[in-house]
Amino acid sequence: MRPARVAKVVYAIWYRETVRFARERTRWLGMITQPLFYLVLVGYGISSSMAFRQAPSGPGVSYLAFMYPGILGMSILFMSLFSAIGIIWDREFGFLKEVLVAPAPRWAAAAGKALGIATVVTLQTTVLLLLAPIAHVALGAAMVVETLAVAAAIGFTLGCLGILVAGRMQSLESFQLVMNVMTLPMFFLSGALYPLTGLPGWLSALAHVDPLTYGVDALRNVIYQDGPMRALVQYPVGVDLAVLGAAAIVLAMAAAWSFETQRS
Amino acid sequence: MSDALPVVEVEGLVRRFGELTAVDGVSFEVRRGEIFGFLGPNGAGKSTTIKILATLLEPTAGRAAIAGHDVVREPLRVREAIGIIFQDNSLDDRLTADQNLYIHSLLYDLPRDVYRARADALLEMVDLTERRKGLVRTYSGGMRRRLEIARGLLHRPEVLFLDEPTVGLDPQTRSAMWQHVLRVRDEGNVTVFMTTHYLDEAEHCDRIAIIDHGRVVALGSPEELKRQVGGDVMVVGASAAEDVARDIGERYCVDVTRADDGLRFQVDDGATFIPRLTADFQGRISSVSVHRPTLDDVFLKLTGRAIREEEATSKDQLRMVARAFGRGRRR
Repeated sequence: MRPARVAKVVYAIWYRETVRFARERTRWLGMITQPLFYLVLVGYGISSSMAFRQAPSGPGVSYLAFMYPGILGMSILFMSLFSAIGIIWDREFGFLKEVLVAPAPRWAAAAGKALGIATVVTLQTTVLLLLAPIAHVALGAAMVVETLAVAAAIGFTLGCLGILVAGRMQSLESFQLVMNVMTLPMFFLSGALYPLTGLPGWLSALAHVDPLTYGVDALRNVIYQDGPMRALVQYPVGVDLAVLGAAAIVLAMAAAWSFETQRS
Repeated sequence: MSDALPVVEVEGLVRRFGELTAVDGVSFEVRRGEIFGFLGPNGAGKSTTIKILATLLEPTAGRAAIAGHDVVREPLRVREAIGIIFQDNSLDDRLTADQNLYIHSLLYDLPRDVYRARADALLEMVDLTERRKGLVRTYSGGMRRRLEIARGLLHRPEVLFLDEPTVGLDPQTRSAMWQHVLRVRDEGNVTVFMTTHYLDEAEHCDRIAIIDHGRVVALGSPEELKRQVGGDVMVVGASAAEDVARDIGERYCVDVTRADDGLRFQVDDGATFIPRLTADFQGRISSVSVHRPTLDDVFLKLTGRAIREEEATSKDQLRMVARAFGRGRRR
């Protein structure tokens, strides 16, 4: 298969994903309000009623500031898995057949989907950076670029995970199930809401196999490059990115396999 | 490739799903340029056969080839040679007609200028030029079907598959659809392979295969098939149906079938038979009618059952609802 041919297929699915997203205003609204609610309702509530024992002392240190990169990670998680689940809708309501009967490699369609998800997630994160002042995070040019790059990487990785699952699922009913058994544990175990340092051993083990853990930590790394908040970063950024990259490669191959061999 | 070679060849095709044999040794050939119909009741194996021909499903046994390419060994070649309009809409209704066609052109690797010229011509042919920038979700069921036909032809396939193309459409839209299908065949120089359980639609086909329980029970032009029935079809109403059926069978040496609308049998000349029948069975029959054989009679004769024309299954009804409401339930 010629590379130009493959590129067209990747672009076709990427184009569809992004055009659809750009058009759906309700998704834009939900994309902003949900993280805002978490930050304001959960963040303020927790920080005003409990002491943040692991927080270092210094200016700009707060639970909200700790939570903000976690909320970015949460939004990326929900958006990428939800977008990937779209494959099941496509199977149920038709468009997937258009892709499956085309004389085009299916893995390239899966790649287009994953890259589309990464793009959508990057757009979403750009918007969410507007909430930074709420968390008293000062934005800088380099930091913004790095944050968006990390967001795209997390989006691609989790998008591949979503495609892997969606390719194996046959019904819309399984959608709710997967959303519950996958999304919420991945979110809570990622260190988005609390530092993972004090966890009991078995929970800590689970947290370590959650790819989002490294994603959220990478976000904290690039958002808090210096200052007291760095004390709450778990790993060096190189470790985060290496684990995320390895997960991306493995999950991308698994997603390609899953999409290639799905039942139509 | 020579015009004389069949464009679709199917030989001893079998597909089992566990215990169920959906397609049970089907063989037929479709000639280049014809409209070939697969007629049968729901669940007869029509959609399974189309899925195998479209490379979406592997056959359990037998072989099938399209434009000389084996569906199992050369799926990509087969996919290039076919266009498909599925029973369920496969457009993205959150995109415009233009965007749907554009994505199709990318998936089928059409150069941009070729795509533009063909899209213009095809949208014109299916009367959608003015709505091409409108979201598909705002389209009626008929418009969606027309757009699907345009999309299915964009890459100039040799065979266009239509799986129950008019299910869920109102009668007026159905007949308009047929005008489009005939035009596609004539102008687009395409072979059309369609499945249907509507008898009046099968009449439009050049040749039809009647399929029941996964087997082809008859194959030929609608006229040839109707000639198999022979003569005229009599439908007789009687209250003591069982006795009357037996007596008619014995007296005239005919096979009488009990159908929903009465007792059915064939005679050579219905017009002269009616007076004889009414004289012989005075007081025992309540009504007599006679008609030229239809495909329904053919099906009845071959299988002992009728394909009921307007019987919509619950799934068909769901489809109609889904179309009427433009699938607004999607996220």
